[in-house]
Amino acid sequence: MSESVRERSPMSDTSAKDPAVAIRGLKVLFGGKVEAVDGVDLTLERGQTVALIGESGSGKSVTLRAIMRLNPERSTRITGRIVVAGQDVMALSAKALRALRGRTVAMIFQEPLLAFDPVYTVGRQITEAIRQHEAIGADAARRRALELFERVRIPSPERRLDAYPHEMSGGMRQRAMIALALACRPQVLLADEPTTALDATVQIQVLLLLRELQAEFGLSTIFVTHDLGAAVEVADRIAVMYAGRIVEEGSARDVVLDPHHPYTIGLLHSRADGALAKGSRLKTIPGSPPDLANRPPGCAFSARCFLAEERCHTETPPDVTVAPGHRAACWRTDVAQAVFAGDRAQALEATA
Amino acid sequence: MSTPMESPTVRPYRDRGGPAQPLLTVDNLVKHFPVRKGLGGKPAVVRAVDGVDFSILKGETLGIVGESGCGKSTTARLIMGLMPHDSGELLFDGERIGGRELPWRDFRAQAQMVFQDSYSSLNPRMTIEGSIAFGPQVQGVPKRQAIERARSLLARVGLEPARFAARYPHELSGGQRQRVNIARALALEPRLVVLDEAVSALDKSVEAQVLNLLMDLKQEFGLTYLFISHDLNVVRFVCDRVAVMYLGKVVEIGPADAVLANPAHPYAAALLSSMPSMDPMARTQVAPLAGDPPNPIDPPPGCRFHPRCTLAEAVCRTDVPPLAPVDPLHRVACLARQPGSGHVAAPALSVAA
Repeated sequence: MSESVRERSPMSDTSAKDPAVAIRGLKVLFGGKVEAVDGVDLTLERGQTVALIGESGSGKSVTLRAIMRLNPERSTRITGRIVVAGQDVMALSAKALRALRGRTVAMIFQEPLLAFDPVYTVGRQITEAIRQHEAIGADAARRRALELFERVRIPSPERRLDAYPHEMSGGMRQRAMIALALACRPQVLLADEPTTALDATVQIQVLLLLRELQAEFGLSTIFVTHDLGAAVEVADRIAVMYAGRIVEEGSARDVVLDPHHPYTIGLLHSRADGALAKGSRLKTIPGSPPDLANRPPGCAFSARCFLAEERCHTETPPDVTVAPGHRAACWRTDVAQAVFAGDRAQALEATA
Repeated sequence: MSTPMESPTVRPYRDRGGPAQPLLTVDNLVKHFPVRKGLGGKPAVVRAVDGVDFSILKGETLGIVGESGCGKSTTARLIMGLMPHDSGELLFDGERIGGRELPWRDFRAQAQMVFQDSYSSLNPRMTIEGSIAFGPQVQGVPKRQAIERARSLLARVGLEPARFAARYPHELSGGQRQRVNIARALALEPRLVVLDEAVSALDKSVEAQVLNLLMDLKQEFGLTYLFISHDLNVVRFVCDRVAVMYLGKVVEIGPADAVLANPAHPYAAALLSSMPSMDPMARTQVAPLAGDPPNPIDPPPGCRFHPRCTLAEAVCRTDVPPLAPVDPLHRVACLARQPGSGHVAAPALSVAA
């Protein structure tokens, strides 16, 4: 079964060398004053998974939505360049945009119950999406939907195609959402916190399923999450966002094991499993993120940073390439890295 | 034994049974919800809480973990009297809650709850100072004094009263609102605080701040926590003991270190290994469990976990495993861990010494 799905996979593209998604200097302004995204550069190579990590308000979901131009057009001003599979998204007409959405780029959301239409069966919504993009009969579309349901391992798939979204459990709905996203064999999959609302034992199943499908279909994936653990499970690369900027980006291994930005270090330290001993205090990041309508000068993280010095408050730090394929936007990457390495050695000593 | 008068935070007259008496004892608690399956369908029963036993010692933090539908939040609501239970006994410091010695009103002055959704649990039309002072006023504290206490609590939870006291809930961030909820819970100087996923909706860096605050407050006010969460890392960090629930029953309870390091119940083990690894070099390869947690309507007979369990045998389909000790502090409801249960993997019966 999976063979026939694989045949239709989109890897036979001519421009296979271009990145799947290239974002350059993306800025998103809401209501004329809230700088939700402030200069994001991100490259997603074909067949790769990048995790965008950040807290609420860091601009990760806004960035993701910008790729499909899903942000409300009237109140949003977007500048910068977004190229998806060779197409300049910002220049597309409404019609071309409709063809792009679902066909080239598909998205899965955090809350499938809200993303599905409650008054149609799940099967009908999937076949509708397929027939919107392809000249294909109703029976063939349904057969493909059934194949997809089998592929994402929904039990008794035939029966489930005729179920309404509310009749499914949370994990099954998210599987159906993934099936819907893959229905038109997209090249790029955008996942916005797809496992956040799921139970632990279901979350790991969905993470493993995404990893499997990504490899099988050769998908290029951007995975937005606030959970470092989930990111580590699925991502090749991790980009950490703070206040609308990417503050650190590198391979999953580099970012988690050898971070160079104080914010990344703070995130790693504030995890409860990172505490040295039970009952010891967690090392927290003090304060809260800045008001994006009144962005302070200098580094946006400087007010909360344990390494901040004079110029951090006045000058915006550049992207520093700390190793090949690993960048951090900080004036003091060397000090930050040394601090993290020191803490790690101490922690290992304490547990030894 | 030192006199309780020495401790300024525990009001001495409230402690009745002494330190060895559990603060809260939950005995065979049951709550079933009648539902109809579909339109005009036949009536069914959701066995949300189906015979839950545990006790919380004075000054400890008991964690309850489990997936959605396991009954952990219902248990919390039953304890707080937010809904009536069908049967079972709730004892607070040795007295039956809702009985003659401890009417609900008196119990609620000593037990408070913090909910997951920090926004919907605050009255949007009251200033946060008003919300915090409301409970004490209902309990007879004069208004001026209640407001004064509200302000000092705001300062204690890290919200400067001059800046925040007159604000409304929508003017605060999620983390700040949850601090307000914690201050409100403390306004009545409770002994027991039930935290139902109180930090789950917060960002990681804010979550860490609030966890630190909760630990400080516990020490300062001599509190006892019932800490409900789905995040095992957080539970491991804050809890002394942990209870794991599955489909309305406690399947394992014991010291946090023991349960979360060496879980004896196969479900607890699966839950633990479902946590994403933080090591990019050692990713999870196989999901420990398949499928979703089943519906608490018509739970399977015998052990409720047997359809998903790797250790399941014929006996698991028929016999309900009791919550029996594997060592004095650690109890497990699994036939494979109980001598003489008829399960192949069960340890041999030991002769009583």
